Amino acid sequence: MLKKEMTCIVCPIGCQLEVTVKSNGELEYVVTGNKCKRGIDYAINEITNPTRVLTSTVKIKNALLKRLPVRTNGAIPKVKIFECMKIINNVEVKSPIKCGEVIIKNILETGIDLVASRSM
Amino acid sequence: MLKYDIIVIGGGPAGLAAAIEAKKNGVDSILVIERDRELGGILQQCIHNGFGLHIFKEELTGPEYAERFIEELKKLNIDYMLDTMVLDITEDRYVSAVNTDKGFMTMKAEAVILAMGCRERTRGAISIPGFRPAGVFTAGTAQRFINMEGYMVGKEVVILGSGDIGLIMARRLALEGAKVKVVAEIMPFSGGLNRNIVQCLDDFGIPLLLSHTVIDIKGKDRVEGVTIAKVDENLRPIPGTEIDYSCDTLLLSVGLIPENELSKKAGIKLDSATGGPIVNESMETNVPGVFACGNVVHVHDLVDYVTEESRRAGKNAARFIKKEMAEDCKIIETVPGNGITYIVPQVIRTENLQDTLDMFMRVNNVYNNSKLVIKADGETVKTINKRHLAPGEMERIKIDLNSIKNKAISKISVEIEKEGV
Amino acid sequence: MYDVAIIGAGVIGTFIARELSRYKLDIVLIEKNSDVADGTTKANSAIIHAGYNAEVGSNKGKFNAQANPMFDKVCEELDVPFKRIGSLVIGFDNKDMETIKGLYKNGVALGIPNMEIIDGDRVKEIEPNISDKVIGALYAPTCGIIGPWDLAIALAENGVENGLQLMLNSEVKDIKEEKGKYKIFTEDKKIDVKYVINCAGLYADKVHNMVASPSFKITPRRGQYYILDKSAGDFVNSVVFQCPTKLGKGVLVAPTVHGNVIVGPDAEDLEDKGAVNTTADRLQFVKESAMKSFPNIPINKVITSFAGLRAEANTGDFIIGESREAKGFINVAGIKSPGLASSPAIAKYVVDLVRGLAGELEEKKDFNPKRKKVIRFESLSSEEKAKLIKKDSRYGRIICRCENITEGEIVDAIKRKVGATTVDGIKRRVRPGMGRCQGGFCGPRVMEILARELGKEINEIVKDNPKSYILTEQTKNNELYDEEVEKFVASAIEE
Repeated sequence: MLKKEMTCIVCPIGCQLEVTVKSNGELEYVVTGNKCKRGIDYAINEITNPTRVLTSTVKIKNALLKRLPVRTNGAIPKVKIFECMKIINNVEVKSPIKCGEVIIKNILETGIDLVASRSM
Repeated sequence: MLKYDIIVIGGGPAGLAAAIEAKKNGVDSILVIERDRELGGILQQCIHNGFGLHIFKEELTGPEYAERFIEELKKLNIDYMLDTMVLDITEDRYVSAVNTDKGFMTMKAEAVILAMGCRERTRGAISIPGFRPAGVFTAGTAQRFINMEGYMVGKEVVILGSGDIGLIMARRLALEGAKVKVVAEIMPFSGGLNRNIVQCLDDFGIPLLLSHTVIDIKGKDRVEGVTIAKVDENLRPIPGTEIDYSCDTLLLSVGLIPENELSKKAGIKLDSATGGPIVNESMETNVPGVFACGNVVHVHDLVDYVTEESRRAGKNAARFIKKEMAEDCKIIETVPGNGITYIVPQVIRTENLQDTLDMFMRVNNVYNNSKLVIKADGETVKTINKRHLAPGEMERIKIDLNSIKNKAISKISVEIEKEGV
Repeated sequence: MYDVAIIGAGVIGTFIARELSRYKLDIVLIEKNSDVADGTTKANSAIIHAGYNAEVGSNKGKFNAQANPMFDKVCEELDVPFKRIGSLVIGFDNKDMETIKGLYKNGVALGIPNMEIIDGDRVKEIEPNISDKVIGALYAPTCGIIGPWDLAIALAENGVENGLQLMLNSEVKDIKEEKGKYKIFTEDKKIDVKYVINCAGLYADKVHNMVASPSFKITPRRGQYYILDKSAGDFVNSVVFQCPTKLGKGVLVAPTVHGNVIVGPDAEDLEDKGAVNTTADRLQFVKESAMKSFPNIPINKVITSFAGLRAEANTGDFIIGESREAKGFINVAGIKSPGLASSPAIAKYVVDLVRGLAGELEEKKDFNPKRKKVIRFESLSSEEKAKLIKKDSRYGRIICRCENITEGEIVDAIKRKVGATTVDGIKRRVRPGMGRCQGGFCGPRVMEILARELGKEINEIVKDNPKSYILTEQTKNNELYDEEVEKFVASAIEE
């Protein structure tokens, strides 16, 4: 049995949730502390497959600034954040770049692309 | 001398939205003056996502949000000047500005929209004792260095203040390889969104110390460490609770202040609660024809609200130009009641409203399961149940105009009623 | 071989250096910090006292009285901000008024002109915001306010223009006497010189003891201050003191030449000569003391606070003269308040001492007492601004928005002799970073200009001394990652 505490971020109230994971053949999740149903979905998702949109910068040449802001165009698994950063950090692009232009396709086989988040 | 119908001072989200809306409402001669080298204002350094949920129904990053407005501004052929600083505005709307290209300019505007934004409160303003070494940054300055200039500000960081900028910077620093040791917050609650506490601190194992503050800075040349102590209910450090953190950087996210030095020169009256101009329902200041919107009026939590407010300012500046504004009206004052820090607008002329009255406000503490009660001359006109109210989250209230129109009202107040009272 | 070496480039060292640069002498001015005016000169009350405080017969009394009238000329020559705004020593009761009468008599004996004892109503006329409890004051119209670091920087610049050599980042490690001459050792240099003038401020005893047996001791006496925003600039019109105590002249409230308000100092004797840190309790004391004079002082408009260390000599007076043991070695030590106010007279006197040692000094025919005027964009008229930008477009780019300081002014501060090389150096010369945003907006731009003009990378630009780095390295460096944090994130899924 595993217990994990977390703050719900679905709405500004910020319920303090506790998720209990029971394993008797199949995994079962019990969520407590939530004031509404959405808290349950959030908690189970956070414990089974937490994902985040990653925003950062990459080096850019011949541009107004030295860094180009980038983002993933969808959420990627949280565990892969630092691995992604290390790849992002090794990229250098050249101006001009259009907002939305793909910088790294299918980053770390996540099915998500890293795209420019502004034109420069 | 250059003449414009509308001069917008500031090319950040407020100025952009106001200029665009004025153009859409039939004003052709508009100039946006921006002091930075590009349009977009502070959004250009806010590379995280979370902007635009209300306006675009999607989560954009700051630069993406800005770019949509910049593109639209350009498409509408609205004039703008970059790298240009406004030095003075007069009550009769002469604007003087300088840049390297055109030199010293004096321009005349029929209407002026103030959209200068805000600045960060500094170490000096909150008088943190200790040495004065390099390595103490406001969060926004560090954000600019890291996200735009591409330089790190330090390796081991302590952050004071848990407003959203502080939290966002904790994550940015961690992602770029710095060790963020702790975030200290003097209040018993965070000024930031829960989402940011979870995704910026919890995700990276960064502790948040509520009711704690920095009481000493060490290091003669570069920061070598800070001392953090717990504070009592009067926010005074409690002796014996000091903890030393070694670090090379202290980041401050201790509040924003509307930047109104120009407004004062134009004779504009400020509200001591917001730090911004006193405005009416049309976002017009006490100086006729001078409008204001965005963080120069009051510090917003969401850029979407800045856009909304600025569109109102732009639209009304256009109405002013077209002489559609009712001027000699009876005035209703808004009054922040129990638990409310401020209300914008401060002055209402119902003749200039269409269907609803929008009011923005902030509360002074965290309240759960309470009510916002809106009263007209002491009589309740609306009650809104609120499961959660916090100072970090701006509240927006819409009131049906019918509930206040054509009545001889002189004051509208908003107050918090706690559960069971 | 130099004729004269001056150790310490504070206001005393730079003043002496500049006065000596009138003569045909080879002069070197040696400073341990990366800029001139980087010690006590950058952190004091910035007051040119009228001079009634010090004892009759003391060096302090003599030099302050002589020096006060000398400031108009030198500040005009060097384009240094200086204003005679007068001072008040306010009294709250009869005991205070007795003290004030004593100060008046002392001032008369020292030859201080135009002093008056005035009643509460007149005090209120001069200072409408003063406490209603004030019953009278000593008014001294000759008291002035000045930019102390502006003065020292201008003196150094003028001295260098007139041929003296300035060595920065050069801490004196040792001095050896050889056949009536001296050899000064720094980290990387040996400097041969005939005469040494010790203006080492807090470290004057240490420097003296390199050539002679100890004869005085310098103790750091710390004072803490608040600076209020310019929007509070008209709150006070003159320099307002309370009655002095045995620890000094007490907490004053005064306008600064730059338009802010200065509040402080307290007085606290310490051991550590590097303890320029502020402390909460002493700042609280400063605030409360100031509120006694001005109950409504807008302390919420504080933009910064700082501490300075006065060089307090155990003799209680300025120590100015040739060392008894080391011939040709002149001490100018223990120069605490009213040291700044005495500086021109001290410099003149030290020139006489050098004359006594070296014989008659030959004047340079081409000595130029004037410094090229500093352009202050914000104070120009619209027409002047327009003309200036036409001539040099860099004056059309505002870098500091709090004080409207242009790129042109910043570049000029870098390009001048004794130019700025650091962020604090720029701040002291042209003020970006001194305003209400305290460098939040302009800091990155100032660093960019410094890097460009000095041919450096932006992360090589420091705040003040060489170890005060601001930026560490470029982002996107994978070496930086902290495994602990990575592991923490990776542990997000625990099943």
